[in-house]
Amino acid sequence: MNAPSRPNDYSSYPDANGRFGEFGGRYVPETLMPLVLELDAAYRAAKADPEFQAQLSSFMTHYVGRPSPLYFAERLTEHFGGAKIYLKREELNHTGSHKINNCMGQILLAQRMGKTRIIAETGAGQHGVATATVCARFGLPCVVYMGAVDVERQKPNVFRMNLLGAQVEAVTSGSATLKDAMNEALRDWVTNVHDTYYLIGTAAGMHPYPEMVRDFQSVIGKEVREQILELEGRLPDAVVACVGGGSNAIGIFHPFLNDEGVRLIGVEAAGEGMGTGKHAAAINGGRPGVLHGNMTYLLQDDEGQITEAHSISAGLDYPGIGPEHSWLNDVGRATYLTATDQESLDAFKLLAELEGILPAIESAHALARLPDVARDVGKDGVVVLNLSGRGDKDVATVANHLGRQI
Amino acid sequence: MTTARIDARFSALKAEGRAAFIAYVMAGDPDFETGLEILKGLPAAGADLIEVGFPFSDPMAEGPPIQRAAQRALSSGMGLAKTLALIAEFRKSDQDTPIILMGYANPLVSRGYAAFARDAAAAGVDGLIVVDIPPEEADPLADALDAEELSLIRLATPTSDDNRLPTVVRRTSGFVYYVSVAGVTGVKEADAGAVAPAVERVRKASGLPVAVGFGIKTPERAAAIARVADAAVVGSALVEEVAAGLAANEDVTQRVLSKVASLAKSVRHARAGQAAL
Repeated sequence: MNAPSRPNDYSSYPDANGRFGEFGGRYVPETLMPLVLELDAAYRAAKADPEFQAQLSSFMTHYVGRPSPLYFAERLTEHFGGAKIYLKREELNHTGSHKINNCMGQILLAQRMGKTRIIAETGAGQHGVATATVCARFGLPCVVYMGAVDVERQKPNVFRMNLLGAQVEAVTSGSATLKDAMNEALRDWVTNVHDTYYLIGTAAGMHPYPEMVRDFQSVIGKEVREQILELEGRLPDAVVACVGGGSNAIGIFHPFLNDEGVRLIGVEAAGEGMGTGKHAAAINGGRPGVLHGNMTYLLQDDEGQITEAHSISAGLDYPGIGPEHSWLNDVGRATYLTATDQESLDAFKLLAELEGILPAIESAHALARLPDVARDVGKDGVVVLNLSGRGDKDVATVANHLGRQI
Repeated sequence: MTTARIDARFSALKAEGRAAFIAYVMAGDPDFETGLEILKGLPAAGADLIEVGFPFSDPMAEGPPIQRAAQRALSSGMGLAKTLALIAEFRKSDQDTPIILMGYANPLVSRGYAAFARDAAAAGVDGLIVVDIPPEEADPLADALDAEELSLIRLATPTSDDNRLPTVVRRTSGFVYYVSVAGVTGVKEADAGAVAPAVERVRKASGLPVAVGFGIKTPERAAAIARVADAAVVGSALVEEVAAGLAANEDVTQRVLSKVASLAKSVRHARAGQAAL
């Protein structure tokens, strides 16, 4: 593949066909195509409607609890001995992660479109919980597809969804994880086209989802921009986030895309190690292909069969990545590193001990690369890390890995 | 493009005054040898055209029967390369029966469209259906297929309204596949009454024969479809015979071919005694 040229305005993508360079697009069965086009038109109308934006903004303030704080992590900064570390506290949002930002936007859109039934896929269960939450709030029936393996390792979230009135369908096909949950949600959508809205949880899938989810998550980066200017009087030197599908990362990156002095660093899940083949790092260990409606980096074999992802984190355990990340990687605007299960567990414990915060095991992947980034940036610099979720849901997983009974 | 075998077959059937029976099988299900035996037996059992599924790990528009068939094929080591090898073997003894490949985008993207088209033409493939490449994404693939004179066959669906149909049938040849229900394969049953006007709309928009599939499981239903469409496609019911044969430890080839024979017979006689349509 030829290296694509650097664009003048990174924030002007995707194009009308949903393309970020060669990535993105709308690779869906014909039955869904009219719905996808309808969704695109409805989203564009809502985006331009001040009433919709005001409604969204009001719920973000009074229901989600925005803006989330930008917190100077003094002890973590001292510990690493490099740049000043700020944490964007998305884990303090209602439901405990950034996922609610996107769900609130999409549920308002679904209502506006007159849809009466919501479906979603979930990996760790954070998106499922956020979807079940907004469905309860707006009185819409909700079906959440979740891989049977994930149902087992994220039991507390399954119960939370049930309490919120959602029906959780355990998916046993394929590897019984997030990609299979997404297949099953698509099968539901193609069967129930007349009344159903598919509330995708990450900035991936067919156009307009990568753009729409990014827009709803960009509230993170917009707030960081204002907050850091107020706190430090300047933009950060680097912004770091974990990447599975990549919605929290694109949300914090996007408002900084045209500030080329701000390094954007995504961290993929290296699982048991990149050399073992047991990882979930689509960019670092995959190549471009088509899955779930978009062209993007994928874990696949020589014949284009999708291979299983491996990660301690259910939320990063996906063989693909959002198309905008694939493009930002190829044009060189963002850098994608990796962190192993073990490094992430160590980072999880470190944040708990030094700052009194239990991070989601997903967010701990970003934390694991923080010492390197803080050192590279140096003492006079500023680094912002997106703390995308809280770790209460992961306590059992962490205990298990530490060999402890709880 | 020529689409010679497909056009010749539909012209011949039109002269006979009957619809085609199209059998869908998964390549190398349950293994290469048995899959080849089934493929070779299909024309004599009554299949006028054959759709050969090439397996994909994540078949998002398939119901459980074809999902399981793909898993069986993948487990036996099948993929796109072996699917083409299977068809090349079949072509050694059959030069007339059209073969349509059906599957998902990524194995084609992985191989490269141009290389795929070249290899498919050499193997004796006549046309291609890709479930997850809608017209909006199809031009690069259509260019590659045109260069090898292969047909790109399109799926029209209950959601393809009059505004959408002209887009759906653009750059298509051979025939149009009408997906008779909104849903995945092998679950809901097509209602022949609702199918007739839809087939007529697709025929008018495309000027091509219209095959109808999804949800056709019995000879009676196949006959009802054959009265209103140019072809009836059966897939899930055939791959279920493979599954049932394996479970009962019976001759899989025999089970599939006898199912094909009963379905084909009923399609053949569907219009007998009827006034010309």
